[in-house]
Amino acid sequence: MTPDMPIEKTSPSRSARKPEWQLKLYVAGSTARSAAALENLKRLCENHLAGRYSIEVVDLLVNPQLAAGDQILAVPTLVRKFPEPLRKIIGDLSNEARVLVGLDVKPVD
Amino acid sequence: MANKTKRGLATTESQTPELKKTPTGIAGLDEITGGGLPAGRPTLVCGAAGCGKTMLAAEFLAHGALEYGEPGVFMMFEETAAELAENLASLGIDMAKLQRQKKIALDFVRVERNEIEETGEYDLDGLFIRLGHAIDSIGAKRVVLDTIEALFAGVPNHAILRAELRRLFRWLKDKGVTAIITGERGESTFTRYGLEEYVADCVILLDHRIVEQVSTRRLRVVKYRGSSHGTNEYPFLIGARGISVLPITSLTLSHVASRERVSTGIPGLDQMLGGRGAYRGSSILVSGAPGTGKSSVAASFVDAACRRGERALLFAYEESASQLLRNMRSIGLDLQRWVAKGLLRIESTRPTLHGLEQHLVHMHDMVQSFKPEVVAVDPISNLTSHGEDAGLKLTLMRLIDFLKTAGTTALFTSLTADRGDAVAATSEVGVSSLMDSWLLLANVAYNGERTRTLQVLKSRGMPHSNQVREFVFSDHGVDLVDVYLNGDQVLTGTARVAHEAHLSASNDLRGRDHERRLRDLATRRKTLDAQIAALTSEAEERAGEVQFAIAREQFEADGVSTRARSIAASRGASVATPAVAKPAAAGRKGSR
Repeated sequence: MTPDMPIEKTSPSRSARKPEWQLKLYVAGSTARSAAALENLKRLCENHLAGRYSIEVVDLLVNPQLAAGDQILAVPTLVRKFPEPLRKIIGDLSNEARVLVGLDVKPVD
Repeated sequence: MANKTKRGLATTESQTPELKKTPTGIAGLDEITGGGLPAGRPTLVCGAAGCGKTMLAAEFLAHGALEYGEPGVFMMFEETAAELAENLASLGIDMAKLQRQKKIALDFVRVERNEIEETGEYDLDGLFIRLGHAIDSIGAKRVVLDTIEALFAGVPNHAILRAELRRLFRWLKDKGVTAIITGERGESTFTRYGLEEYVADCVILLDHRIVEQVSTRRLRVVKYRGSSHGTNEYPFLIGARGISVLPITSLTLSHVASRERVSTGIPGLDQMLGGRGAYRGSSILVSGAPGTGKSSVAASFVDAACRRGERALLFAYEESASQLLRNMRSIGLDLQRWVAKGLLRIESTRPTLHGLEQHLVHMHDMVQSFKPEVVAVDPISNLTSHGEDAGLKLTLMRLIDFLKTAGTTALFTSLTADRGDAVAATSEVGVSSLMDSWLLLANVAYNGERTRTLQVLKSRGMPHSNQVREFVFSDHGVDLVDVYLNGDQVLTGTARVAHEAHLSASNDLRGRDHERRLRDLATRRKTLDAQIAALTSEAEERAGEVQFAIAREQFEADGVSTRARSIAASRGASVATPAVAKPAAAGRKGSR
């Protein structure tokens, strides 16, 4: 699996300010589905939100107490922490169009 | 249905010979289920909104944490932790404290459909992890999922959800926790989303129905795999102490019957009941028309108990406590002193305040906290305003059962319509069959006057009088007076008094007559004695005369013979012959 699984902060923004898009991905252990979700998310962000996003990956097997905070039931769950309002997308994020709708991101064409 | 439920879990778990049970601590429920819910397995509690599912589940956890040393996890999907804590605080359960003591863990799972978008595959591991974390953090043995069906609204893909639920219940079993899963009642199924498919071990159905504007909650154990259970619908209540289920009977009639007798407080009545009063722990029904003295009988009954130094509890549904005390004082029953001594408690409530079941629970609570030896309910007929006889009977049956088990002697009064004759008490025959003794008070209108009468219609296990007695109030309580049987008529009231006067007058006359005759007799005896004395003295007088005559004649005879002998001697001749002849004549005279 991806070596950088447990908690990973990808913050490619060039400025020191908080990135425009703060995303959190909750997974449970290193499953194929988790890996797929992270991969899908990264690709999508690079394509559409390049330089304006951060991704935090939370492994609930390691930090189970974090599940309650964001009301996580399903895994994987992607949480859009910022911009408000909070949005959740569950599943392996394989349908890019739906993820974009869910995140309310205007696709870059 | 049966097939559906079997599919869930039956094939996977072999049945242990003795099913372990986890007590719920809910009054009555453990009795119905024979010890509690199946240990280490999930139980489904289903019912319509507002029928007490959450309450039942919460109590299960609270009792587990407080009484059985089993910590619990409450995972709620509808209420927040604060709301739940607030609701439970009304029952005296301090959730915050239990949480601090690590006896209960709360987790509120909020499912907002509009926040969630789904793309691709997922599972509900998040839920498992949260639950697992909560269980592990306090070492929970009990779990409540309330109401997990909320997930169906939040999770779009029901196929995944169903698969995950099945996995969840399996997982709960593997964890060995005893779980309650609540579900909304569906239209044709127990739960709206058919949760009974997954939870097949024990299903409890709650119901809340309104009959003639009175609401009753009922509970039924639909299934309990591997265990016998009560199958009836049992009314239950959510009272000040939480849920109490009222099993109609404790399944068997096994209370121990006491041989001890207790006085009813009315000497005449004790006399009618085999001379020694009622059995301790028995139940007595006193029925009668208005104004026949039912309340006074009840008051005498509790008064007698307090006199013996026992505790008594009087439920008054017609009068306030102070009114009752005042009224009873007018017939010489000073109940106030017993109240002051703490021996008597008078509980006055409006019968319409609660439904029948609630009254019963209230009585239960009172009896359990006060532990009286004697309970009087005045009157039971007021408890049901809508004439639902079956309900009253069931309620009473449970109450009587409960009191008998506790060894409490109970007296119930019952109001019957005043139809003016003694057999007007047919309306509560159903109730009377539960009673050990049945007293009937009746008004007898006769000769322009109304009298109270009392009769013992039945009294189990003792000889009892078949006679109608007159019931009288005096300044010192209530008592019974023998009625007068005059030919084929029973005399009461004025007629009795008149008859009594008549009797006493004739008694008086007879007495005088006797005296006179005795006096006569004495006089005659005296006369006879005098006569006897006179005759005796006469006889003595005669005897004296006779002796005197004899003596004189003897003397004369002696003189004659002496003289003859001296003459003969002087003449020298034998004069033997005349000497013989004379004494013979004298002897004849003297023999008289």
